[in-house]
Amino acid sequence: MKKVLIIGSGITGSAIARELARYQADITVLERGNDVSVGTTKANSGIVHSGFDATPNTLKAKYNVEGNKMFEQLSRELDFPFRRNGSLVLCFDEAEKDGITKLYEKGVANGVPQLEILDGKQVRELEPHVSDKVVCALHAKTGGLVSPYEMNIAYAENACVNGVKFLFERKVTKVAKKAKAFEVTCDNGEKYKADVVINCAGVYADDINNMVCDKKLHIVPRKGDYVLMDKTCGYICDHTLFQQPTKMGKGVLVTPTTHGNILVGPTALDIKDKDDVDTYSEQLNELFNKALKTVPELTKRTIITQFSGLRAHEDGGDFVVGESDVKGFYNVAGIESPGLTSAPAIAVDIAKQVAKALQLAANDSFVATRKGIPHFATLSNTERQKLIDANPLYGKIVCRCEMVTEGEIVDSIRRPLGATDMDGVKRRTRAGMGRCQAGFCTPRVMEIIARETGKDMTEITKCGGKSNMVIGRTK
Amino acid sequence: MLNRNLVIIGGGPAGLAAAKAAYDAGEKDILILERENELGGILNQCIHNGFGLHTFKEELTGPEYAQRYIDEVQKRNIEYKLAATVVDVSKDKVVTYVSAHDGLTQIQAKAIVLACGCRERPRGAINIAGMRGAGVYSAGTAQKLVNIDGYMPGKEVVILGSGDIGLIMARRMTFEGAKVKAVVELMPYSSGLNRNIVQCLKDFDIPLMFSHTVVEIKGRERVTGVVIAEVDDKLVPKMETAQLIPCDTLLLSVGLLPENELSKNATVELSNVTGGAIVDDNMMTSVEGVFSCGNILHVHDLVDFVSAESEIAGKCAAEYIKEYHAAKEKVTIKTQNGVRYCVPHQLNKDTNYQPLNLKMRVSNVFKKVELTITADGVKVYGKKRPVVAPGEMENVALNSEQVKQLKNAKEVVISLCGGDKQ
Repeated sequence: MKKVLIIGSGITGSAIARELARYQADITVLERGNDVSVGTTKANSGIVHSGFDATPNTLKAKYNVEGNKMFEQLSRELDFPFRRNGSLVLCFDEAEKDGITKLYEKGVANGVPQLEILDGKQVRELEPHVSDKVVCALHAKTGGLVSPYEMNIAYAENACVNGVKFLFERKVTKVAKKAKAFEVTCDNGEKYKADVVINCAGVYADDINNMVCDKKLHIVPRKGDYVLMDKTCGYICDHTLFQQPTKMGKGVLVTPTTHGNILVGPTALDIKDKDDVDTYSEQLNELFNKALKTVPELTKRTIITQFSGLRAHEDGGDFVVGESDVKGFYNVAGIESPGLTSAPAIAVDIAKQVAKALQLAANDSFVATRKGIPHFATLSNTERQKLIDANPLYGKIVCRCEMVTEGEIVDSIRRPLGATDMDGVKRRTRAGMGRCQAGFCTPRVMEIIARETGKDMTEITKCGGKSNMVIGRTK
Repeated sequence: MLNRNLVIIGGGPAGLAAAKAAYDAGEKDILILERENELGGILNQCIHNGFGLHTFKEELTGPEYAQRYIDEVQKRNIEYKLAATVVDVSKDKVVTYVSAHDGLTQIQAKAIVLACGCRERPRGAINIAGMRGAGVYSAGTAQKLVNIDGYMPGKEVVILGSGDIGLIMARRMTFEGAKVKAVVELMPYSSGLNRNIVQCLKDFDIPLMFSHTVVEIKGRERVTGVVIAEVDDKLVPKMETAQLIPCDTLLLSVGLLPENELSKNATVELSNVTGGAIVDDNMMTSVEGVFSCGNILHVHDLVDFVSAESEIAGKCAAEYIKEYHAAKEKVTIKTQNGVRYCVPHQLNKDTNYQPLNLKMRVSNVFKKVELTITADGVKVYGKKRPVVAPGEMENVALNSEQVKQLKNAKEVVISLCGGDKQ
């Protein structure tokens, strides 16, 4: 059987793994982290962009518009949170109205359906809490929200049950093209042979490309800081509210999340360190002040956490997608915004290209659907009772802020590619994502992970590596 | 749907005291719902002593204090459910709870006592920049890990905030062999009790740095240090004073927030100052038959005061169930000139002139002030204090005559006069 190696298990790597699983091949994903979705995918705006922002005739424009259309079916098949809430690009100044018209025209050129320009009054009818300084806005009805890590996890789980192998804590140190196949070496010394290598390494995709290709890539990690607000201010907006884009990105947005929080962000700062996801306090303050321009009644009192993510910005400014100058080595690089929206379309495209090149036969046993973890908090009382009847662990609430039960946490650990650490449980179940930020549930979640994985409490980590939650026993 | 007369949400010190008092006031149909596996609430992890000096005239540990009330509840055969989490309270007093044993259960109550306690303010709420890995805990979480589970979060510790739990944990971590390098407090004064500063920091030579804060947390997978800096009088860090303190753990003791999610569901009106319900002298909220007491109402320094307040709530809930005619009129207690809030917030204009305790907090440290209460401009109460501080709750005991004067007034005002407030 032909061997395919995918480097990286972020949204593109995992989506490609799932789409390739539709064919008969021996597929392995190598991931440097200890879980899927631990890089760029876990920390971004979670927006399904409609596609008006990308420059026409670029890969960003093409995949964005194609990808956007796939979300209804995908979220049904893979059971991840998605909502088409629509987006608004706000204009605060008569003198900048031109920008809105230009965005509209770009959108039309990109083939974005259902675009309209609204005046200030119409905007406030849709969104009563936006600034009264708004003079007009571009309304894109096809804009949407997705939970990025849950989408990533859903893709990976589905790939896994369809036979894709995921190997964690394997950082690729060498990619070599040998006579018949590629040889990929990891930092633990393991070597893997493959007929095709697909580079989905996020901010590291340039390093991987440059190990084997003559045509070099250069990726700058562009940091974006975010502020997450309590669900009590969820009334602030229903649409995703953009300001007009700048050359550094789509500007500061205020948006609901799929779970009913309000997310404010991102900043944009080019940095050097590809592992630096520290938050910067000046950046956060600046960000908040910018967001106040959109919704003046936001208050810092309702902030529950901040985080930061890195965009993989390639010097060329566009996605780098497809077979490279080395036959059999495919790049999926420079996947910054609208990467999340584009990933489903990119995945289908790459899977087809690889299947054609390797002449892969269809996998008749492919299962396209995946059932997620039932979220107790969002169920009706009747559904809750049914769950508890089937498994009493669903009657034990562990995270009170997000109403997450022990049943969900156990499920998140036991399912394919299950959680092994605190953040893994958090991304899969929301335990610890609420207003107390894991103050109450931390010890309990640690105990459940220890029990389920047979580990000692001192071995439980927040996010793998040396991030142990406790260092030892008391005296 | 089940029917119960009194449902008490929370089996910590507030809920237990409310249950005992309600029973003694004649109400026998009581159900306590507790989300943890034991009664006692947060006291179970407070293994230090210093509890009960007011209530029992002796020094007890947290679990001992809790046990006294658990014994009282068990002696009266008051029913309680453990590992039962209330997920909703409606304004019609329907309580929905979930437990592994009972599944999802709804109870129509005649009266409800909200006694759910408080939670700690997390890192996110105070916007500390830096790494997002392991080693940052709220002091209460660390207390649970150390005292209940028997695990050490780290061995070189910096504590941000001088709230009581932070101070207690400074001593506790030291006992367990950790090095507490500093307690850093944003304000020029502590929000904790003076006795804790002496017994938990001074006795162990742990430096307490006022007007300082943590501006950055260093490290990647695990904390490797924190950068602290002095703040100016607007509380803005002076970056030229920044210094790195190497450590593996940062504990946060930066405030407690009354946990009022259920109160909101029940449409209880909340105070912007305390974050808890607005109550009258019966501890009844804006929703008739729904009472609130303990740290869900306002954050207390001493559990003794929680018990006393909750006994009023329990007794009044029992009386409400029997035959309660809510006073139509209430007089709101105004707080001004350095007094941040007073609980209760309102007095019923009824003829119940029983002696009453008012609990209040000041907004800053003031010296040589007089705390006064006036009824329609006439001074009813005055007490000279050498010093008052936000960290120490003021407890004013009013006699029947004073209560009568206040209840018959159109305007009641509490303020600080003289000294620093001149």
